[in-house]
Amino acid sequence: MLSPEFGHFTLALACCLAGAQCIIPLMGAKVKNNRLMALASPLAWGQFLALALAFACLITAAVTDDFSVLNILQNSAADKPLLYKITGVWGNHEGSILLWAFILALFGAIVSAYSHHLPLSLRAKVIAIMGGSAAGFELFCLMTSNPFLRVSPAPLDGQGMNPLLQDPGLAFHPPILYMGYVGFAVPFAFAVAALLEGKVDAAWGRWVRPWTVLAWALLTCGIALGSWWSYYVLGWGGYWFWDPVENASLLPWLTGTALLHSALVVEKREALKIWTILLAIGTFSLSLSGTFLVRSGILNSVHAFASDPARGVFILLLLGVISGGALLLFAWRAPTLTSTGIFTFFSREGSIVLNNILLCTMAAVVLTGTLYPPFVQLINGQTLSVGKPFFDNALIPIALFLFLVMAIGPVIAFKKGNIQQTVKTLSIAACLSIISIVIAFIYLHQIFPSLATGLSIWIILSSCSDFIKHIALFKTSLNNSMKRMVGLPQAFYATNIAHIGVAITVLGIVGMAASQQKIVEVPINTTIHLAGYDWTLTNIADRQEANFIATEAVIRVSKNGKVITWLFPARHYFDRQKQVVTDVAIHTNFLSDLYAVLGDSKNSTQPTPLFVLRLHYNPLAPWIWLGGFIMAMGGFITLTDRRFRIGTPAQRKKIKEA
Amino acid sequence: MRYLTILFLFCIGLSTPHLSFGIDSPDEMLKNTQQEQRAQHLGSQLRCLVCQNESIEDSSADLAKDLRKVVRQRIVAGDTDSQVMQWMVDHYGNFIRLKPPFTFTTALLWFMPILALGIGCMIAFVTLRKNKNTVTTELSKEERQRLAKLMKE
Amino acid sequence: MKQITRRRLLWSLPFATAAVAGGGFFSMLSGLRKGNFDPREINIPVINKPIPSFSVASQPPSTGFNQQELQQQTKPILINFFASWCIPCLREMGVLQQLSSHIGIWGIAYKDKPDAVSGFLQRNGNPYQRIGQDPEGNISIDWGLSGVPESFLVMPGGIIKWHYPKPLTVTSTQTLLSLLQ
Repeated sequence: MLSPEFGHFTLALACCLAGAQCIIPLMGAKVKNNRLMALASPLAWGQFLALALAFACLITAAVTDDFSVLNILQNSAADKPLLYKITGVWGNHEGSILLWAFILALFGAIVSAYSHHLPLSLRAKVIAIMGGSAAGFELFCLMTSNPFLRVSPAPLDGQGMNPLLQDPGLAFHPPILYMGYVGFAVPFAFAVAALLEGKVDAAWGRWVRPWTVLAWALLTCGIALGSWWSYYVLGWGGYWFWDPVENASLLPWLTGTALLHSALVVEKREALKIWTILLAIGTFSLSLSGTFLVRSGILNSVHAFASDPARGVFILLLLGVISGGALLLFAWRAPTLTSTGIFTFFSREGSIVLNNILLCTMAAVVLTGTLYPPFVQLINGQTLSVGKPFFDNALIPIALFLFLVMAIGPVIAFKKGNIQQTVKTLSIAACLSIISIVIAFIYLHQIFPSLATGLSIWIILSSCSDFIKHIALFKTSLNNSMKRMVGLPQAFYATNIAHIGVAITVLGIVGMAASQQKIVEVPINTTIHLAGYDWTLTNIADRQEANFIATEAVIRVSKNGKVITWLFPARHYFDRQKQVVTDVAIHTNFLSDLYAVLGDSKNSTQPTPLFVLRLHYNPLAPWIWLGGFIMAMGGFITLTDRRFRIGTPAQRKKIKEA
Repeated sequence: MRYLTILFLFCIGLSTPHLSFGIDSPDEMLKNTQQEQRAQHLGSQLRCLVCQNESIEDSSADLAKDLRKVVRQRIVAGDTDSQVMQWMVDHYGNFIRLKPPFTFTTALLWFMPILALGIGCMIAFVTLRKNKNTVTTELSKEERQRLAKLMKE
Repeated sequence: MKQITRRRLLWSLPFATAAVAGGGFFSMLSGLRKGNFDPREINIPVINKPIPSFSVASQPPSTGFNQQELQQQTKPILINFFASWCIPCLREMGVLQQLSSHIGIWGIAYKDKPDAVSGFLQRNGNPYQRIGQDPEGNISIDWGLSGVPESFLVMPGGIIKWHYPKPLTVTSTQTLLSLLQ
């Protein structure tokens, strides 16, 4: 039953339902018809189910090796492991757009499930806008990137998938990343709905924040996974390359982080309303334009999908309708919104304003850097490059300043801070951080990494001292402190955990800067000394796997004569694609990574064959991603906050029963 | 002020060490560690022309390998860092520099951090100035009412 | 009311910025379609510059050449870098054959084996008057090469007047021929 034709049909059906989901509730809101507005939710569910069926059809075709489907033919092969047959569905342009639309529909359904407490007309508008965006993407899928196209006659086997993508990390990276991107459609929908309603208040801030946090946490996970993937798969030992695709994911992350904080001010103080609306629109627009730029062929990227200007024009149109429309509405309606809440410069809100300025400055720099080359070329024909050295130079000072704000901000009181009190709270942490800057400088001899180390330690210490202050540790009985600890709001934990996560990532990055590497060409049974370890190449052998041949080296790593670990770096030769993929061997103790790569050995046929090995010692490297996941965890903790659960279905029932 | 200090420190030139990911044989590297470090630092600022946004030190492309060789040859021949960079720009244009030079065309790019920061601070200052003397830590009557209402919800 | 109009104008700045960017993207996309915008293009600064100092060894079936010989020519010469392993070069051969009746073409075989080049020319015809070899690719880097095929138009006196870093097509040779007149 789950044939490609059925999938094509359900995709078209989903598109129609999404269109209806957009138009009917909006009309209902216009004529104040409750019945029409109430249709939003069932339509969102209908759209989601239809799209889920379409997605199931594509997966079925992939799993059953239906090579009469062009998309499967081009990206799969019979001998590919089952996991990659499934994940390969979204490893190509058509499939990934379908996944994107599917996640958008999923979010539409989740929003309609968890929004019973919203005023009817706001709810209808939010779901309608989600439907409108989904309809656009489904139309895009149908018109320019249909994954269900058949070929005739059907060949016996497919052309296979890029071996680099055959990796468990990449299996889950795109869905999570897309959930992050697409998740920002919800704050966007809330922003547009609020503009249509002409009303933004504390309640709006409270409704929109959990969705922002959810999207942000997922995006954080997605980026961390992607970066981790490039660290252990590409065999370069690198984790961030300032590639346009990476920048495209960083941009919504930066503005999304700003949004997360400014929504808090809307909730607490009913200030920064217009700014928050603009951020919500901007963040989703940046998510969309990331997709656009990568797929249109305008930006050059190592990760780019096969680019096609025709698709680019369609997505540009879509972007124009969604973002352009929202921004026009913003220009018209925003001036009518007024801020009521007031606060001084020196207050928690003030520090959040500074955080927003710095994050948006960073976003502006990344955006300018990414778009500068094509625009310069368009305007005066000059070609130039903007890469890692530029971004490092332009962003590190701003980032350091941001860390300073992060260290101080969370301990300042809301509305009007007390300078003396703040200084008192921070004094110990500040002193210790200055000492650590000095120590780091003596050890690293570099200003930036030392400052970053000190500020990260400050962030961690000030979070801890704030915690100790709140639970009044040592000032009252331990029992009392425990009670206070349980009683602290989730938001308190969330903030501190997320901030500690940032600090840990930064420490990881600094640690990486002190990494050591060695490239050698040696015969078997040679010992190499690197970073206090003895790395001995003991053997190299070939092995036949399902769809590749593996050449695997065995390296014994020991320290002071004691064996620490065995590493098995390998090279996988994929005969179908005539491509070699390196399989990196990593041993981690969460303080440092021992990282080994087997190189291309040209002299392996000599009487005493020589093999190229590249060995790295990466201190604190795992912290880069660990910090990312801790940040995301902070986000997920926010979601458990009692105040956000008000009005969820289960809670409502309880209220009714009571 | 702190920002200016940091900016100043950055202007006097400090760089993080670079890891070369593209080198795939020890033969490529210079025996002299100091020269090799210079070569790797220079290479990390040069774009591999045929790949996308990778430096020649990071790329495994053939051309990147050839350019790595040229950088090392010139360093051994006694060129200074700026001479090597000039040689590259003479042959391949500014396209090869991953950090574009400051010119009329790239002025906006280089001023962007200051510009964005300035605009942001200006907007914040203008909007928040009027709050300066009117804020108290006490809740206003309205706020107290709203709080009570929110608590009930 | 007046104030609100002013604020509306102010708050339409984000839209204006986005619209300008959108317009830019649209012209890039149409440029991509028409072929007059290529983000992968590398504009090396060789136009109106003298040729580098170089000398290439002979590649059978023809003889090599050097900077002086090229400078001393009285007619413009098209320098074409090619390789037998390069598929776009193969496609370019037809255009080069046609072109060889209008202009002298000198070839440089990039990172190739002499036997492979001779075989390639036997199979696909030889449009070149003289052929040199650059087995290591050093000379090509002096010229600012980023890949094969690439062509340079060298005027008498050794000044480069035109550079094309892609396979020559009938359309691109029209620009070249108009430069010769």
